[in-house]
Amino acid sequence: MSRIDGFGRIDRSKPLSFTFDGKTYQGFEGDTLASALLANGVSLVGRSFKYHRPRGVFSAGPEEPNALVALRSGARREPNTRATMVELYDGLVAESQNRWPSLAFDVQAVNQVFARFLPAGFYYKTFMGPFANTRLWMMFEHVIRRAAGMGSATYETDPDTYARRSVHCDVLVVGGGPSGLSAALAASETGARVILIDEHAEFGGRLRQDRYDIDGMPAADWVAKSLATLASRDTVRLLSRTSAFGYYDNNMIGCVERVTDHLAVPVDHKPRQRWWQIRAAQVVLATGALEQPLVFGNNDRPGVMLAGAVRAYLNQFGVLPGKRAVIFTSGDDAYRTALDLTAAGAQVMAVVDSRDTAQSALTQAVRDAGIEVLTGHAVVDTHGSPTLQRVDVMPLTGGTVREFTCDLLAMSGGWQPSVHLSSQTGAKPVWNAELSCFLPGVPKRPERSAGSAAGHFTLYGCLSEGSVRGLEAAKAAGFSATGTFAIPQVDIERFAPTAPLWEAPDPPPGLFGGHPKKFVDHQDDVAASDIQLAHREGYISVEHLKRYTTLGMGTDQGKTSNLTGLAIMAALRGEPIEKVGTTTFRPPYTPISIGAMGGSERGQQYKPRRRSPMHDWHDARVGEWVPAGLWDRPRHYPATPGESMRDAYIRETRQTRGSVGICDVTTLGKIDLQGPDALDFINRIYANGFSNLPVGKVRYGLMLREDGMVLDDGTVARLGETHYVITTTTANAVPVMAKIEFLLQAVWPELKVKATSVTEQYAAIAVAGPKAREVMQRVVDLDVSNAAFPFMACAPCRTKDGVPGRLFRISFSGELAYEIAVPSDYGQQVWDALMAAGREFDIVPYGLEALGNMRIEKGHVAGSELDGRTTADDLGLGKMLSKKKDFIGKALAFRPGMTGETRKKLVGLVPVDGRSSLPNGSQIVSVDHTDPPVKMLGHVTANGFSPERNIPVALALLEGGLAREGETVLVTHPLKNIAVQARVTGPVFVDPEGKRLHD
Amino acid sequence: MFQFKCPHCGLRDANEFTYGGDATIAWPDLGASEQEWFDAVYQRENPRGPHREYWHHAGGCRQWVVVDRDTLTHEIHGCRAASETQK
Repeated sequence: MSRIDGFGRIDRSKPLSFTFDGKTYQGFEGDTLASALLANGVSLVGRSFKYHRPRGVFSAGPEEPNALVALRSGARREPNTRATMVELYDGLVAESQNRWPSLAFDVQAVNQVFARFLPAGFYYKTFMGPFANTRLWMMFEHVIRRAAGMGSATYETDPDTYARRSVHCDVLVVGGGPSGLSAALAASETGARVILIDEHAEFGGRLRQDRYDIDGMPAADWVAKSLATLASRDTVRLLSRTSAFGYYDNNMIGCVERVTDHLAVPVDHKPRQRWWQIRAAQVVLATGALEQPLVFGNNDRPGVMLAGAVRAYLNQFGVLPGKRAVIFTSGDDAYRTALDLTAAGAQVMAVVDSRDTAQSALTQAVRDAGIEVLTGHAVVDTHGSPTLQRVDVMPLTGGTVREFTCDLLAMSGGWQPSVHLSSQTGAKPVWNAELSCFLPGVPKRPERSAGSAAGHFTLYGCLSEGSVRGLEAAKAAGFSATGTFAIPQVDIERFAPTAPLWEAPDPPPGLFGGHPKKFVDHQDDVAASDIQLAHREGYISVEHLKRYTTLGMGTDQGKTSNLTGLAIMAALRGEPIEKVGTTTFRPPYTPISIGAMGGSERGQQYKPRRRSPMHDWHDARVGEWVPAGLWDRPRHYPATPGESMRDAYIRETRQTRGSVGICDVTTLGKIDLQGPDALDFINRIYANGFSNLPVGKVRYGLMLREDGMVLDDGTVARLGETHYVITTTTANAVPVMAKIEFLLQAVWPELKVKATSVTEQYAAIAVAGPKAREVMQRVVDLDVSNAAFPFMACAPCRTKDGVPGRLFRISFSGELAYEIAVPSDYGQQVWDALMAAGREFDIVPYGLEALGNMRIEKGHVAGSELDGRTTADDLGLGKMLSKKKDFIGKALAFRPGMTGETRKKLVGLVPVDGRSSLPNGSQIVSVDHTDPPVKMLGHVTANGFSPERNIPVALALLEGGLAREGETVLVTHPLKNIAVQARVTGPVFVDPEGKRLHD
Repeated sequence: MFQFKCPHCGLRDANEFTYGGDATIAWPDLGASEQEWFDAVYQRENPRGPHREYWHHAGGCRQWVVVDRDTLTHEIHGCRAASETQK
């Protein structure tokens, strides 16, 4: 154990047990997985992406590139979680990733030996050269992808729930460190509604991790006092464990709160995560800064860590990450690490400072503590397997290498403000040569950065700037300061100037020549040499460099590598960094789970299912439900428990055509059109004419899109002089309604027509078959004889027990048929009455399969033919297009390409052998040309079985259409290994004269 | 996310609306020529800057609105009922 008494904010009275790679360890409440692993001396936590090099914990925050683990098990397994952000809980289970068979012994670490064959862009290079487009390349690709994978996700359904909230506030403060707390205090003082968020469990930022006094009290006490003040104001909302991942339009900030991620299993019906959409009048970005690593030989060895992270493990978690340490820095800040390590009892072997001089109070304090300070030096190589044992230090100008034995190397290449959110608004970051970092650009939205996010790297700077920006934001949101606001008292720090070291020199060549790899991007295994290679190969833009080398493309999005990478690029190009620029910052700032994005919109909540009023009746008898649009429709009704779907639909078809069947057609779209201009409107939206449609009659109608293709079909019933009801297909009910609203509001607002969707208001039932009249006559009080109520008649009616309704003599099945529509609440009652009336005729309920089968037998087109690529002519409906009137789509429906002989047109198909079915989606090819490349002549759109003809039948869209009638074609379905010879026929298989409709 | 000030419902999130196409294009008369209809159906500018669009408040009052939106900055400059713009 490497816990140090007297250090840390963990609760030592609450020990927690957890396992990593199957081994059990102990930690404490307040630990992260990373701190607990370090406390247990586990320094090897993962293998790198490409070379499978051993890697250890690198940072203590969201920027972690190395310590990615698979968290939890079973359905809750979550890959690529950052151990530095995972709060420890009792029973936590984690696994290392990217290793086989074990972390300590990883077979693919052999990749290091072959590293020279895996240069930058290796994957892309395999696209070219001798192996391109070969089977060998396909094999390479497979192996590369598998070897270079990240963690694997679970295949099980996520058992947890996710919530979503939208809130508004006057001032949103992102980041709860010294700057954010000051900003929130100042802003809320004015009475503004303030939200303060922080991604960690505790507020305080670096104040949790560094030793400071504020207003004469330990920083932790000042944080607690500030939080108490904020909590006492009812206009303030504090959200911890909440990451702001994106800055969007209308000043909306997207955040994810990890509500129960710190628990094994969510409790009290709480969601695992909550997605916040915060709309703020003004935003203060107090997002802090990220410490940058240094680039030197073998800088990725476990035991090499960011200097600020070392202090975090020491001061927040009471963990000493090493007993003998070397500090390597290009600025003053890491000197704190030397002092803190010494205070904790560790031995600091040396501070290696790349600057020529380093004179400040802080550096003097280190010298006074007796620690050797080597200015103008750099660490050039590290040794130890698998963890650090020794570093080699050399003057920057070359010379003798000095070796230091150590198990910890704390490095600091300076701090880069987290400009991610401000950059997402389009404010390009600006290079600051004095601070050697990018600062936020000129704001384009009502936002401002504060504290170290704005380049103020002293505590006083953070506290004072935070207050100023918080107050400024509140004022901009329309509030004014009431009292006086005192900046807390802290020691003033003065640092020696920084001088960045982007890349340390190589050590003297070893026995076999060559130099160790100097990693820039640890997660993606991108070394300085890869950037040099990309430069040699002509990659000039940073965007290209990024994609070619994969620099910054990992789950950490280059938080600790982008800056160094482009600085090295700039040096190679001989240009200043501001000329090279940054890559584009895009959301999310840190990875967010798909579950949080989906929120509660899963399953039924995503797509609510509509149910017909007769749903329960069907549910007791249905074989299977089919989604149709948003509706559930019964597919078939098995007569016996074992009856197959195919047997059932054929039986339902036979029984309907033989006697009578009943079907729930509630789901068809129904739109009520009323007004003096209703007829005019209908004539405009349908391709065929309606001027001579009398009251009490129905007509089939065809709608075209503006481009002349078929949009939808349905019926138009004239119920009164100025009152029509039109039907749409189930799938098009919503778009057709939206289009009608568009036409009436935006195109022809002068037309006096009201359109109302009445789909849900009516239950609709079709009764079809030779006995349909006898059944219907027993239920309605209307004379439904052929003379009184002929084909295509419609009329208001009442059932015998008084239910008002509308009766239509229309048929989709091709049989004598009626459709009755009654108010939804009466649907079941009327259904029952029809079933009772039909009993003596052996009435059969039929489902969607039989409905579809009967329409195929009749050659009626439906959704699979109305696929947006067919014209009226293609479907054999060309004659419907009215010559007498103008209608939508007419102008473009007669273009040359819309009616050509070579278009794919509707035909029927029957198998030559009389037995084989012709699956939907099958491609139709010529029987004479089966050697590739084979020309596809068309495809099967729908297929079924005609009991009347005792043969499988299909509809197809076939090049040339009925000109091929009588020809034999080959119907192929390579995925099912099917090739069937079929004969081209007309699309109507049953009752081609339509006699049954009119009888 | 965009917000539109629906003339009927007030300021609402864009996810209540459905995009409905380019509102700078006027619908030709039904009897207009093939060329006029071809232009109206297929010819589209893709402006970088101010643009005018149809949106349908499908999850609200079901009115069509005409929105003036800057495609570059995503600023919304206006939102009127489509029926008003035709008068």
